[in-house]
Amino acid sequence: MTSPLGKDLLGLEHLSAEQISLVLDTAEPLKEISERTIKKVPTLRGATIVNLFFEASTRTRTSFEFAEKRMSADTVNIAIAASSVSKGETLVDTARNLEAMRIDMVVIRHQSSGAARFLAERIESNVINAGDGTHEHPTQGLLDLLTLRQRFGTLKGKRVCICGDVLHSRVARSNIWGLTKLGAEVAVCGPRSLLPSAIEQMGVHVFDRIEQAIEWADALNVLRLQLERMQAGYIPSLREYNRVFGVTRERLDRAPRDILILHPGPMNRGVEIDSDVADGPHSVILEQVTNGVAVRMAVLYLLAGNSPRLAEAAKGGA
Amino acid sequence: MTDILLKGGRLLDPSSNLDAVGDLLVRDGKIESVGGNIAGPDGATVIDCTGQVVSPGFIDVHCHLREPGREDVETIATGARAAAAGGFTAVCAMPNTDPVTDNQAAVGFVLKQGRAAGAARVYPIGAISIGQRGERLAEFGEMVGAGAVAVSDDGKPVVSSQLMRTALEYARTFGIPVADHCEDPTLALGGAMNEGIVSARLGLKGIPAEAEEIMAIRDILLARLTGGHVHLCHMSTRGSVDLIRWGKDRGIRVTAEACPHHLSLTEDAVEGYDTNAKMNPPLRTADDVRAVQEAVKDGTIDVIATDHAPHHYDEKEREFSDAPNGIIGLETALPVNVTWLVKPGIISLATLIDRMSCAPAKLFHLPGGALRRGIAADVTVFDPAAEWTVDPKGFRTKGRNTPYAGMTLMGRVLCTLVEGSVVYHQGVG
Amino acid sequence: MANAPHTIVLSARAVERTVTRMADEIIERNDGTERLVLVGIQRRGVQIAGRIAAVIKAREGTDVPIGALDITLYRDDLQTVGPRPVVGKTHLPVGIEGVHVVIVDDVLFTGRTIRAALDELADFGRPAKVSLAVLVDRGGRELPIQPDVVGKHVDVPAGERVDVAVVELDGKDEVSLSAMVAS
Repeated sequence: MTSPLGKDLLGLEHLSAEQISLVLDTAEPLKEISERTIKKVPTLRGATIVNLFFEASTRTRTSFEFAEKRMSADTVNIAIAASSVSKGETLVDTARNLEAMRIDMVVIRHQSSGAARFLAERIESNVINAGDGTHEHPTQGLLDLLTLRQRFGTLKGKRVCICGDVLHSRVARSNIWGLTKLGAEVAVCGPRSLLPSAIEQMGVHVFDRIEQAIEWADALNVLRLQLERMQAGYIPSLREYNRVFGVTRERLDRAPRDILILHPGPMNRGVEIDSDVADGPHSVILEQVTNGVAVRMAVLYLLAGNSPRLAEAAKGGA
Repeated sequence: MTDILLKGGRLLDPSSNLDAVGDLLVRDGKIESVGGNIAGPDGATVIDCTGQVVSPGFIDVHCHLREPGREDVETIATGARAAAAGGFTAVCAMPNTDPVTDNQAAVGFVLKQGRAAGAARVYPIGAISIGQRGERLAEFGEMVGAGAVAVSDDGKPVVSSQLMRTALEYARTFGIPVADHCEDPTLALGGAMNEGIVSARLGLKGIPAEAEEIMAIRDILLARLTGGHVHLCHMSTRGSVDLIRWGKDRGIRVTAEACPHHLSLTEDAVEGYDTNAKMNPPLRTADDVRAVQEAVKDGTIDVIATDHAPHHYDEKEREFSDAPNGIIGLETALPVNVTWLVKPGIISLATLIDRMSCAPAKLFHLPGGALRRGIAADVTVFDPAAEWTVDPKGFRTKGRNTPYAGMTLMGRVLCTLVEGSVVYHQGVG
Repeated sequence: MANAPHTIVLSARAVERTVTRMADEIIERNDGTERLVLVGIQRRGVQIAGRIAAVIKAREGTDVPIGALDITLYRDDLQTVGPRPVVGKTHLPVGIEGVHVVIVDDVLFTGRTIRAALDELADFGRPAKVSLAVLVDRGGRELPIQPDVVGKHVDVPAGERVDVAVVELDGKDEVSLSAMVAS
C-alpha cells in the first residue's frame, strides 16, 4: 500500500498542504492516548524501529521513543558519536546493516544536511528525519504547526515570525515551508549574519529589529542561539544578543496584541528568551512538547505499512 | 609506421581559418598534407571521415591524474587513455599529488609515466610553492627544464599576495603562466555549494561568488603590477568574467579557463544532495552560466579545461558536506560543450575547437593546436551530430563521478591521433 | 453513490422504530439505566448511540453517558489496507470501571471491528459487563462474536453491501443494500 506521505518523511518542503493537514488531523485524536491510564495502542505491534542518533538530543529522541512505545513498536536506540568514527563510511555501513537486520523504520538525527535522504535512498525501511544538519526537522515543524493551529483555529493569514539563528536552523526551514503552505505569513528576524543571504527568496519578510517583529506578529517562534555561533564569530557576544534581539517581557508589553511564544528548546534563558516570557501566560512551549508526541505518533501511523516487506508479511506471502 | 589517410572529413582548423571538406594524410608521425582529394599511398590505413569533423587535437590545460599517491583512483596511464578517448591529444597534469610535483624529479616522473602510457601526451604542471604549502617558491627553472609547462598550486589558492606576486615575477624568466585557483579561503570556509537560494533551502553552507572574484581581481592586479602571465583556473561567475574583461581591456596579461560543467549545469543539480554535483568552484546560478558561456564566445575566457577530478566511489558515496569536490571530465568534455554551447548556437564549432585546442596550445606554448603540414600529427576526429547516452561504466578513467550519467549528449569522438598514431578509435579497446 | 441502484432495507421511519425498540431492549437487559454507558463506534455507531440515549432519556428521564470509540489503531489489517484510514476521536465520558458498557455499531459483519473495540475498551479499564447492540446484523462472522441487541437481521446476497446513512453525516436516515463497487 502507499502511504499518503510516501515512504519517508524527510522534510516539509516537498509535502503538500493536504499532506501536512492530514498529519495534523491525525495527530489531534492521538493526543487522547497520552491521557489514558494505559498509554498504548497496538497499532505498530511487531514493528521494529531504530532511533539512530548521530547527534545527542535528549528531547527529540525521548519524544520519538514515547511515540513509538505508545504505538507498541519495538524500539532500539543507537547513539553514534560522530567524532569516534569516519562519518561517511559509518552512514553507508549503518544503512547496509540496518537493511540486513530487517528494520521497519528508522528515525535518524544527523549533523549533515541531506543525511536522512541519503539513508532513505539506500534502504527499504521508512525513514523519518529527526533533524539533518541545518536542513530540516519536519516533526518539529509539524508540532509547531499543530500548536499554532490549536490556538488560532486556522493558520490562514496568521503572522508568524521566526527569531534568531535562521542560518543554522533546521527548525526554521521546516517552519517556513509548513507555515507558508498552510497559508500563514512568515517573517524572520535576527542579525543578518545569522540569516541566509537569499532568505527573501524563500518567501518570507525580514525584520532587522526584534521590535518590528513584535509589532507585526501574532506568534514568535524563538530559536535557540547556540553558544558556538559566538565562538565562530557570527555575533560578538550573547549579552549583546540579548540586548538587541532577546524576546523580553518589556518588549512584549509594547506589542499591539497578545503574541504566542514558541520555542523548540532547549532554551537559553536570558539569551534569546527571558524566563518571564518562557514561563508567561502566552508561552505555549509546554503544549509544543505535548503535541510533539502526538505528531510523531501520527507520522509513525501514516508511514507504517508502506514497507513492501511488512505488507508481504501481513499477507502471509513471499 | 604506416601512413594514415583521413578521408572525406570536414577539416576544421581555426588557427589557419581552414574549414573545408577534404582529406588529411599523416606520414612518419607528421601531417604530410591537408585538404583536397588525396590518393591513398600504398599500404596506408584509410579512415573514412565522412560526416566527421577533423580538427587539431584537443588540449586540456587542467586535469588531475592522481599519480603519484592515489593510483587507486587514477593513474597517469588511465588518465591519458581517458583523455585520448575524449579526443584530447595532450593534457596538463596538476601537481597536487602525493608527493606534490614541486621539483625536477617529480616532473620527470610524470613525464615518464605519460610517455609510457602511449596515449594522450601528458605535460606536468609544477607547484608554485614547495609542498603547495603557500610558503616558499618551488624551483620553477629546474621544473621547466625537466618539462613542466606551467606552475600552479591548484586545489588550493595562493593565499599570500606576496607569494603570488613573487611567483608572477619569477615565472617571467621562463615564460610560463602561473595558474591560480581563485578562492578566498576565509569566505569559502566550510562551504559545500554556491551560496544562494538553493544552499539556503538545502541547509548547506554556501560559497559566495565573491570568494572567487576577490582572488580573481587580486591576481589580475598582481599581473598588472608584475607584468607576469596569470592564468585563472575554472572561472565560474559573472563577476569573474567581468573582472577578466576589465583586465584584458587594459592589456594586463590575464588568461582564463572555464570548465564544461560550469558552462552547462547550475546549482540546481545539487538538489537531492547529489555529490556528483559537488565541485570547487561550485556550480553557480543560471545567470552565471550564461555569463561564462558569453565569455567563452567573446574570448574573455580563452580556453575550456576539464578540471578532471576522479574520486573513489566510496568517497562520493557519503553525506554531501563530507564528500570531496570534483568530477571526471575528460570523456564528457566534447559532448557537453557541443550540447550546451554549439547545439543552441552560442558558439560555432570553429570557436569550440579554438577554445579546446588552438588557444590552449598558444597560451601554454605547447605543440599542436593546428592542422598544418610538417607539424606533429595530433588530430581528433569527431561526429558533432552523434547522440549517445553517457554510461560511466564504459569510461577509460577509473573515476565514475559524473553528473552527466544517463544523459543523452551530442558529439562523439571517432578517433584520436597522437604523433600520427591512433591512440583511440571508437569501439576499439 | 446516491444514484446507484439500491434496495431500501429500513426507511427513516423504520430506523426510528428500530432504534426505539433497541433502546427498550437495552433498558430491559440492564434492568434500568443504572451504571449504563453507551459507547458508539466511529463513525455512525456514535450517532446511533446518541439516538438510543435520546430514547432512553424520553422513556426513563435519565442521561445515559455516551462515549465514542475509534478503533482504527486497533485494527488487525492496517498493514494491508490502503489508503491509511482516517483516525477519529476516542472519548469516554466517565470511567468504565465496574459499569455496563453497551457497544453500539451500525453494521455487524465479520466481528473484527468489535474485537478491536473490546481490546480498546480493555485499555480504559475493566467494565462489569460489556454488551453489543447493532442496528443491522448482516451475518458473515469471522470471529466468535455475537450481538446482544439487534435492530434488524439482513441477509445480504453475495456481491452486495449494507449502507447505513444517518442524518448527522449523510443527510438522511436509511439502511440500504447496494452492489459492491470495486474500489
